[in-house]
Amino acid sequence: MKFGFAVRLALRESRHGFRRVGVYMASITLGVAALVSIHSFRDDVARSVREEAEVLMGANARLSANRPLPDSISGWVDSLAAAGAGVARVVTATSMVLAPSSGDVRLLQVRGVDGAYPFYGEVDTRPAGAWLQGIPPGVAFVDPAVLTQLRVSVGDTLVVGRVRVPIAATVDDLPTDLAFQTAVGPRVHLSQRTLDESSLLGFGSLARYETFLRLPDRAERDAVRERYEEVLDATQVRYTLAEEQAQSLSNGVRFLGEFLALVGLGALLLGGIGVASAIHVYIRERQPGVAVLRCLGAGQWTVFTAYLLQAAALGLFGAGAGVLLGIGVQRILPFVLAGVLPVDVTPRFSWTSAAAGLGIGVWVAVMFALTPLLALRDVPPLQALRQDFGEPPRRWRLDRVASYAALGISVVVLCLLEAPEPEVGAAFAAALGVTVALLGATGWALTRLTRRFFPKRASYPVRQGVSNLFRPRNQTVSVTLALGFGAFIVGTVVLVEGNLLDDLTVSFDGGRPNVLLFDVQPDQRDGVLGLIPPAYRDAAQVAPLVPSRLARINGRTGEELRADTSGVERPEGWALRREYRNTYRAEIGPAEELVSGRWWDGTPGSEDGTRVDTGDLPGVSMELDIAEDLRVGLGDTLVWSVGGVEVTTVVTSLRRVDWNRLEPNFFAVLEPGALEGAPHTLIMVARLPGADERAEFQRALVGAYPNVSALDFSRVQEAIDAVLSRVRQAVTFLGAFSTLAGIVVLIGALASSRAQRMREGALLKTLGARRNQILVVLFSEYLALGTLATATGLALAWGASALLVSQVFEIGFSTHFAPLAAIWTAVAALTVIVGLAGSRTLLARPPLEVLRDAPE
Amino acid sequence: MIVARGLEKTYMSGGRPLTVLRALDLEVEARSFLAIVGPSGSGKTTLLGLLAGLDQPSAGQVLLDGQDLSALTEDQRAGFRAERVGFVFQTFHLLPTLTALENVLVPLELQGGAGRDVRERARDLLTRVGLGDRLDHYPVQLSGGEQQRVALARAFANRPRILFADEPTGNLDGETGATIVAMLEELNREAQTTLIMVTHDLTLAERAHRVVRLSGGTVVDDRPGRGVPDAHVGEETAASAPGPSGEMR
Repeated sequence: MKFGFAVRLALRESRHGFRRVGVYMASITLGVAALVSIHSFRDDVARSVREEAEVLMGANARLSANRPLPDSISGWVDSLAAAGAGVARVVTATSMVLAPSSGDVRLLQVRGVDGAYPFYGEVDTRPAGAWLQGIPPGVAFVDPAVLTQLRVSVGDTLVVGRVRVPIAATVDDLPTDLAFQTAVGPRVHLSQRTLDESSLLGFGSLARYETFLRLPDRAERDAVRERYEEVLDATQVRYTLAEEQAQSLSNGVRFLGEFLALVGLGALLLGGIGVASAIHVYIRERQPGVAVLRCLGAGQWTVFTAYLLQAAALGLFGAGAGVLLGIGVQRILPFVLAGVLPVDVTPRFSWTSAAAGLGIGVWVAVMFALTPLLALRDVPPLQALRQDFGEPPRRWRLDRVASYAALGISVVVLCLLEAPEPEVGAAFAAALGVTVALLGATGWALTRLTRRFFPKRASYPVRQGVSNLFRPRNQTVSVTLALGFGAFIVGTVVLVEGNLLDDLTVSFDGGRPNVLLFDVQPDQRDGVLGLIPPAYRDAAQVAPLVPSRLARINGRTGEELRADTSGVERPEGWALRREYRNTYRAEIGPAEELVSGRWWDGTPGSEDGTRVDTGDLPGVSMELDIAEDLRVGLGDTLVWSVGGVEVTTVVTSLRRVDWNRLEPNFFAVLEPGALEGAPHTLIMVARLPGADERAEFQRALVGAYPNVSALDFSRVQEAIDAVLSRVRQAVTFLGAFSTLAGIVVLIGALASSRAQRMREGALLKTLGARRNQILVVLFSEYLALGTLATATGLALAWGASALLVSQVFEIGFSTHFAPLAAIWTAVAALTVIVGLAGSRTLLARPPLEVLRDAPE
Repeated sequence: MIVARGLEKTYMSGGRPLTVLRALDLEVEARSFLAIVGPSGSGKTTLLGLLAGLDQPSAGQVLLDGQDLSALTEDQRAGFRAERVGFVFQTFHLLPTLTALENVLVPLELQGGAGRDVRERARDLLTRVGLGDRLDHYPVQLSGGEQQRVALARAFANRPRILFADEPTGNLDGETGATIVAMLEELNREAQTTLIMVTHDLTLAERAHRVVRLSGGTVVDDRPGRGVPDAHVGEETAASAPGPSGEMR
C-alpha cells in the first residue's frame, strides 16, 4: 500500500463533490454538540455544587430527625455550643395558614428559625437586609409565592396556629434553597419562639427538626460522627456534612446529565447511520474514477485508505463544529434547566469534554463509514473500460464481518462509557439496538405495504412521488430511522404523560374523596366532623393513626434479622426501620382487596382462605408488598412498639391496596381493641365537590382547630400537573433534539440524491410535465416519506407507552389521538417543507442543461 | 414544419461565456427524417434541445408548426411537448421506479389520460417493440437494448408529430443498435412523424432523408441523405436502403 499516494489522493479528491457528504457530517455535529455541552455542563454543576457546599447547607453539618432531638444528643449539642461552635435550630411543619384580609386558606410550610441561621451565604429579602439579625419574634417572613397564593401583601397579617403575625418581609432568595424545593410548597418563616407560641407542634404533628452546626474544622466534624455514631443510629437522627449533601445533590444532577448524555449519544449514533448512508452513495458515484485508478495501478488498500482518510477528515470537521456548537449550548443549558438545578451554574470551558467529544465524533464517523468504504475494494479495474459492468457482488468476507463487529463493539463501548452504570449502558445499547431494528423493520414493512396497496387509480404524479421512495440508492430507510426516532421519543412522552394525567383525573374526580385532614386530635373528632356540611358528613371516613415501629418479627429484632447469614432471604432494612402509621378498624376498606387469610369477621381472601389461629393475641392484616419486603406471611408474629409499649400481633390476612385512591390506606391494619388507649391522632377524608365549599370549610377549620391540616387534592393535582409539565419540557427538549437530528439526516439524504432527482425532474419536463405536476410528484414523495417515518415512530411509541403505562406505572392505558395526530402533522409538514425547499433549483433549471451532463 | 432562425446559444463555462450555436438557420419539412451530424462539441445536442423547447435560445427563434416556442411559458412548452413531441435518448432515461408499462404510460398520464384504452395502447406499443412479455419488469431488470425499446415505445405513446432522437444507438452494441433503428424507422413511417436524430454514426445518418453537418455551432453542410424522402413508399424504404445497415439486419 502506498500511504503517501493515498494521502495526496484524499486531499485532491476532497476538493470535489464532498460538500454533499459534508451535509451529512452535520448529523455528527449535532450529536457531538449534545455530548460536549452535556459533559461540560455536568462538570460545571459538580464544581459549582462543590464550591458552594457550605452555602447550600448554610452550615458545615446538620442533624435532622422527624421529632425533637433526644436528650442524649441535645446534651452534647449544647456542649458544642458552649465550646464555641455555632448551633442553630430550624423546625419545619406543615400547617394551615389563614389570611384574614382575603379570607384565603392554604396548607403551607411553616418554619421556625434560630437567629444565627444560615451561617454561610446571604439571604435576599425585601426590604433588604431584614434577615441580617435573624427573624424578629412576632413577625413572619414569607416566600413571594405566599403573597400570591393568599392574596396578601407585606404588612398584612397571617394566622398561623394560635398566633397572628404581620408579614414583615419577603424572602426572595435563600441560598440554601434548591430551585425545585420552593416549587413544592412556599414557606412562612418565623422565629423559633413564635413557632413555639403558635402551638402547631402538638403530638403526632408532621414536622422536621433540624439542627445546623458551624464546625469549620473538618477533623472536628468527623470526630463528632465517630464519637456519636451509635447514639445517632439508635435515635434515628441523621448527621449530614455539607460536602456530603453537595455530593448527593451533584449525584442527582449527574444522573440527569448521564441520562441526557445517553440521548445525545443516541442522536450521534443516528447521525452515524446517516454517515454510512451518505458514504454509500458517494462511493457509488466515485466508482468510475476508482476503476480508472485501479487500471492505472493503485492497489485495493491504497484506494480504500484514501477514502477512509477523507471520511476521517470529514468526521474531524463535523466533530470540530460540534465542539464549538456544544460550547455554545453549554452556556444556554443553565437557563433551560434553571428549574431543576440546585445552584447557580457558571459555565467554564472543559478541555476534557471538548477532547472527548472530538474523539467520539471522529470515531463514530469512521466506524460508520468503514463498512460502505470496504465496497471500494471490490471495484474491478475493468469497469473503467465498460461502464455497463454490473455492480460488484457483495460477499461476506472477513474484512466486512470485522467492520460490522468493530461497529457493534464501538456502539456498546460508547454506551458503557456514557452511562451512569454498566448495566444501564448495556441496557441502553440493547434498547437502542432493538428500537433501531424495530423502527427499521416497521419502516420497511410500511413502505412495502404502501407500494403494494397504493391505489392504482391515484393520479400519475402522486403515484410517481410515492414510487420515488423506492428509487435505486434511495435513503428511505435511513430517513425513516432518523425521523422516526424523534417521533418515537416525543410520542412516547406525550402518551405516557396523557395517561398519567388521566389517572389523576380519575383518582380525584367521580365521587372520590378530595380533602384529606390530618393531625386531628381524638377530642376534636366530632367538632371537625361538625364543620363538614351535613350533606357530605356521613360519607367522611375517619381512621385512627397510631405511630408504631417494628420491634421484633417472630421473636427476632431487626438487627438480628439483618445479620442472619443462614441463607434465608433477609427482610429489607428500610421496611424494618421505618415508622409505621398503623390503624385499627372493623371493616375492610373500599380501596382494599383481601387476598389471603381471613378478615376479623371470617371473610375469606380471594386466593386463599386459610384461617390463622392467633390464640388470644390480636390479629393484624398486612399489605402484600410490605409483607413481601418484611418476608412475613400468614401466622407470623409481629411485635410493634407503640409509644414505648409493646403490642404483639399475628398476621391473619394479606391485602392488596390500590394506593392510587385517596382513601385512608395503611400497611398494617390491627384488629379493633388491640390499640385502643394507645396515643393516636386521626386522619379523615371527605368529599366536598365545590371549590367554594372546600374554601369555606378550610377557613372554618383553621379558625376552630389551627393544629389540623387540610390537604385540598385539587391543589395537589395542580402541583402534580406542574411537575409533570416540567418533566415533559425536559424530555420534549430531547425529543425535539432527536427530530432535529432526523431533519439533518433528511437534508443530507436529499443532498446526496440530488443529481438523480434533478435528472428525473428534467426528464419529466422533457416528456411534457408541467411545473405543477412536478411539484405534486415532489410533494407526494416528501409527504409519503414524512408520513411513513412518523407513523413508524408513533406506532412504536404507542407500543412502548402501552407497555410503560401498564407495566411500570400499573394503570390502564388509553390512546390519545389528538396529540399523536399533531406530532404526525408537524413532522410530515416539516419533511415536506425541507424537501420542497431543497428542490427549488430542480424546478428552475432548464431540462436540457440537466440532461446534457447527466451521467446515468 | 420546424423553422429555426438566427439561433444562438451561449453557456457560461468555467466563468467564461461559451458560444455553442451561432446564427443558425434551419427548416425541417413535416414528416421528413433529418439527421444532424458533427464532431463532439459542435452543438448537435444543444440544437436538438432548442428545437424541442427544452431550453431558451440566447438569440433567434424556433417555430414549431408555426408556433414561436420562445413566446410560450415553460409550462406551455411542456404542454406542447406532451401533446406533440416524443424523445429517445442515448442513455435511455427511463424512470427507474416504474415498470416498463408504467414508463410508457408516463406521457399519456401527464396529459391526464387514464383507463383501459390508454393502458391498451401502451401494451400494444410494447408488444410492437417485442416486449409484450416484459410489461412488469423494472428498468434494472432489462438489458440496454430492451430499455431503449421501452424508450421507443414511450416516445410514440402520445402519437407525437415530431420525434427527437439523441444518439439513440450510442450506448448499444452494433447489432442491438441496428434493431432499434429499424424499429424507429418503422414506427416513424407508420405514424408519419417528423424525425430529427442527432448521431455520430455516419452510416446511420445516411439512412435519413437529409443530413445536416454542424461544426463550431453552425451548419457547414446540408445535403440529401440516401433515405427515400417519400414517406408513402412504405415497405420498400427499409429494404431498398443501401449500405451497411442493410447488412446488419
